[in-house]
Amino acid sequence: MNFSISLTVNGVRRDVALDDPRVTLLDLLRERLDLTGTKKGCDRGQCGACTVLVDGRRINSCLALAVSHDGAEILTIEGVARGDQLHPVQAAFIAHDGLQCGFCTPGQIMSAIGLIREGQAGDDPERVREGMSGNLCRCGAYAGITEAVLEAQNSLVATSQRRSA
Amino acid sequence: MKTFDYLRPATISDAVAAAAEPGAAYLAAGTNLLDLMKGGISRPDRLVDVTRLPGLDRIEPLPDGGVRIGAMVRNADLACDAGFAKSFPAVAEALLSGASAQLRNAATVGGNLLQRTRCGYFYDVASACNKREPGSGCDARGGENRLHAVLGWSEACIATHPSDFCVPLIALDAVVEIEGKSGRREVALEALHCLPGDTPARETVLEPGDLIVAVRLPGEARAFSAHARYLKVRERTSYAFAVVSAAAALRIEQGTIREARLALGGVAAKPWRARAAEQILLGAGADPAVFRRAAEAALADAKPSGDNQFKIELARRILVRTLTLAAAGTPKRIAALPASPFASASGALQHA
Repeated sequence: MNFSISLTVNGVRRDVALDDPRVTLLDLLRERLDLTGTKKGCDRGQCGACTVLVDGRRINSCLALAVSHDGAEILTIEGVARGDQLHPVQAAFIAHDGLQCGFCTPGQIMSAIGLIREGQAGDDPERVREGMSGNLCRCGAYAGITEAVLEAQNSLVATSQRRSA
Repeated sequence: MKTFDYLRPATISDAVAAAAEPGAAYLAAGTNLLDLMKGGISRPDRLVDVTRLPGLDRIEPLPDGGVRIGAMVRNADLACDAGFAKSFPAVAEALLSGASAQLRNAATVGGNLLQRTRCGYFYDVASACNKREPGSGCDARGGENRLHAVLGWSEACIATHPSDFCVPLIALDAVVEIEGKSGRREVALEALHCLPGDTPARETVLEPGDLIVAVRLPGEARAFSAHARYLKVRERTSYAFAVVSAAAALRIEQGTIREARLALGGVAAKPWRARAAEQILLGAGADPAVFRRAAEAALADAKPSGDNQFKIELARRILVRTLTLAAAGTPKRIAALPASPFASASGALQHA
């Protein structure tokens, strides 16, 4: 069977002919669209390295069938910066040493962007930690990650307040 | 992963017909099913994608004060629906204590009910498992089984049902709406899951093609909103299945318990309603001795299935704790760590 799907990936429409329904969204991004920023860690929904935003919501792309997401809008780590200007979450991860080896970082950043959009954690560090618990970091950079998410949350809230003022 | 045919029908009746064929399985978010397929535990020949079926993604208030939750509603959307969380706070708390934020954004109401056990021997295709392969035996019986069932288990299977969501739902008399080959029917959630007996591969009363289309909570379930909690003991702070969990919902008038609902999770192959314990609470106050008597009644039939004697006393204590917190009143906002038994002041790090 052949399945043609179209996705909007980082703002660009991509039409993909799938020859196999088994392709996950993660494998589609990495192997067919050459967007290798999204990482394959456990491939079983346990580590969060494959986190992307689908229609604005963070999900594990390893547990999503690509064919089931026909028409979706996908945001990956490659799509968050504006040219050379880093996304505030990316900048905060650098400022707070929210990483060591960096393998989990794209998933951490996409998850943090999703968390801030969800608007449930606010500036409560415990809620941030709970909200980020689906992203494992084997280097143990959690303290820096929490600080980075809190700073990014505050700077994004300040920006949106300036815009609405 | 074994290959499969993929169908995305446009109507519920087409979906039911397509899924009634041998070897077919429904696909919603796939957060459990794809994991099982990658591991070779589930090997469907045909996936029937229900994510685009019309009308399954709504949270509808009912005239009696209850709510009808479409089977495709995502866990996060239900938990964060302000009206729902206010009326059924223990259900929202249970949802937020499950999985991770990414999984809750994808996982559906119907899929949660039908998720499979997390027994390691069920997941390991090299192990004997009567649930995965009837008649092959149960390696969990003589294996690593400290987290296995203490109620309702059999020699054939000691697995537990992993859902958090289902625990307050059965306490609140949830009803499941099912579309099947012969039309629409309803089953009490308490009657949906089967105990293992000699046939642990039969996990629910669903027949081939049956599709869960909605879960309903009756209007009476709102009467508990002021005194409803869900607590969950985990082996790590977050993103873990329950060792033991409990839902307690009380209707209290002038300090006296007039109605009580209790259920346990992580103890059996189904979410476990503790009706005998509920009766003990009627007419009592928020009395620790009465709570303890109720907890003992709830676990009266419990017996270890392996190295899990500790779960029986843990379940009694978590019931007492849940009753104590429910009697004290539902918090205005769900705690930073939902369902954590280690409560502290808001904002403070509880597990730093």
